[in-house]
Amino acid sequence: MYKKGVYRIVSNVALTPTVYRMVLEGDTQHITHSGQFINIELTGKFLRRPISVSDYDDKSITIIYKVVGSGTSQMQQMQPGTELDILTGLGNGFSTENNAQRPLLVGGGVGVPPLFNLCKRLIAEGKSPMVIIGFNTADEVFYFNEFRALGVDVFCSTADGSVGTKGFVTDAIKEHNLTFDYIYACGPIPMLKALYDSTNVDAEFSFEERMGCGFGACMGCSCKTKYGNKRICKDGPVLKREEIIW
Amino acid sequence: MVKYDTSVELCGIKLDNPIIPASGTFGFGREFAEYYDLDCLGAISFKGTTREARFGNPTPRIAECTSGMINSVGLQNPGIDKVISEELPHLRQIFHKPIVANISGFSLDEYEECCAKIDKEEQVEIIEVNVSCPNVHNGGMSFGTQPESAVEVTRRVKSVTTKPVFIKLSPNVTDIVAIARACEDAGADGICLINTMLGMRIDTMRRRPVIANKMGGFSGDAIFPIAVRMVYQVSNACQIPVMGCGGVSSASNVIEMMMAGATAVQVGAANLKNPYAAKEIIEALPKEMERLGIERLRDIIGVVK
Repeated sequence: MYKKGVYRIVSNVALTPTVYRMVLEGDTQHITHSGQFINIELTGKFLRRPISVSDYDDKSITIIYKVVGSGTSQMQQMQPGTELDILTGLGNGFSTENNAQRPLLVGGGVGVPPLFNLCKRLIAEGKSPMVIIGFNTADEVFYFNEFRALGVDVFCSTADGSVGTKGFVTDAIKEHNLTFDYIYACGPIPMLKALYDSTNVDAEFSFEERMGCGFGACMGCSCKTKYGNKRICKDGPVLKREEIIW
Repeated sequence: MVKYDTSVELCGIKLDNPIIPASGTFGFGREFAEYYDLDCLGAISFKGTTREARFGNPTPRIAECTSGMINSVGLQNPGIDKVISEELPHLRQIFHKPIVANISGFSLDEYEECCAKIDKEEQVEIIEVNVSCPNVHNGGMSFGTQPESAVEVTRRVKSVTTKPVFIKLSPNVTDIVAIARACEDAGADGICLINTMLGMRIDTMRRRPVIANKMGGFSGDAIFPIAVRMVYQVSNACQIPVMGCGGVSSASNVIEMMMAGATAVQVGAANLKNPYAAKEIIEALPKEMERLGIERLRDIIGVVK
């Protein structure tokens, strides 16, 4: 179930030179799972902009977005108090209904944000998650300290080695010799594929695709899975390891 | 107080209002039923259906445009048999007004077979034959871009059906009137137009098309004037009713399309931007009628000469 409503910007601040965090105030009752997304209407744009929910409570939603085109450039310039028309509660999100006690959360770049609320949720359920976040270089790193503040083990990798393990998230897993019984991941396809190939525990991967409507009507973001055709926006964005066809 | 009458009649089928969500933008109603009671709609045209199940084109299938969008879905659908056994019964449960069955094909035999099957379904009131999808190679579009082939499809479909048959035409042609008249002469009960316009966007950073299939169907507010023009031309040249489609996003657009000659008006891409679009347009109609001094909506069909 999802909801269309008006949300007011509470804050909109830079976390890195290109990544911003926006806090929105409004009805959040239709958000039920970590890893769901919202779809934001922007003035002068025909299609809405889908952005994952990084965190939420009973009256506010936090999103973290990277400025990559004219839509996100417009968002970057928005001031607190601005009202936005948004669809919330979209997508399936991550499931925590499993027996994992030591799940590994892996985020790459702007794939990191949806893991934040998931991490809080797993902790609240009495589990002991650990987190690996991967970036290209030190300037791009965000949310390392925020995850730390949740009291979990956090590791970082950068492609150029300027912070943490030099290389990819999979190199960080090897370097720290991590053991885990579940994986939740969100990031670029090559990262997800590398994780898929180098591990064998149960896992959920969150995918990105260019969307039309964001609520399952247009079939713009379809993908093939072992369980049949799925829509990334409605049946995803999270797919389980066993159903993925690369 | 004046009672504003929004009802229209399409080939003897009464619609409470002329608003019909356009095929391909409304699935089989499921996603929109989560937002509102679908019974406020005049009718629903369901997702274009073919003989076999189709996955459609590779992704990305969607591109943003100024005042519109390009899609290259490529007729993804579960196939006629599954539509009849699963989608249609479900749609009937959530929607109790006329259903328009949108049928596509890659051969005359396929059009005939699918239309014959759907004609037997009592839930279906109107058959809309798509000869205009721009997203499939050697497919629907080629049947709708030549009068001769449009005639062939119309004849074959009419020979196996009893329900009103509307032919949905492509705007990507030189002479829309010639094709529409050919369909009418071949026995079509109505014309639906326009389908999307062939368009393309390029990702200048990556130096490649935005859409995997390179080109796709352009829809949205930007194509409204073209749709009005073609509805006007065709409704003046033909005796059969026209369902107007293309860039409709407001009650004002609906009235403009009807003044051009449309008996019913389809709402397409607007549903994808705002899931409540069709409902909001219907709710806005009486006020727009009041503003323009219209008591019965059907009185304005084709008033502009």
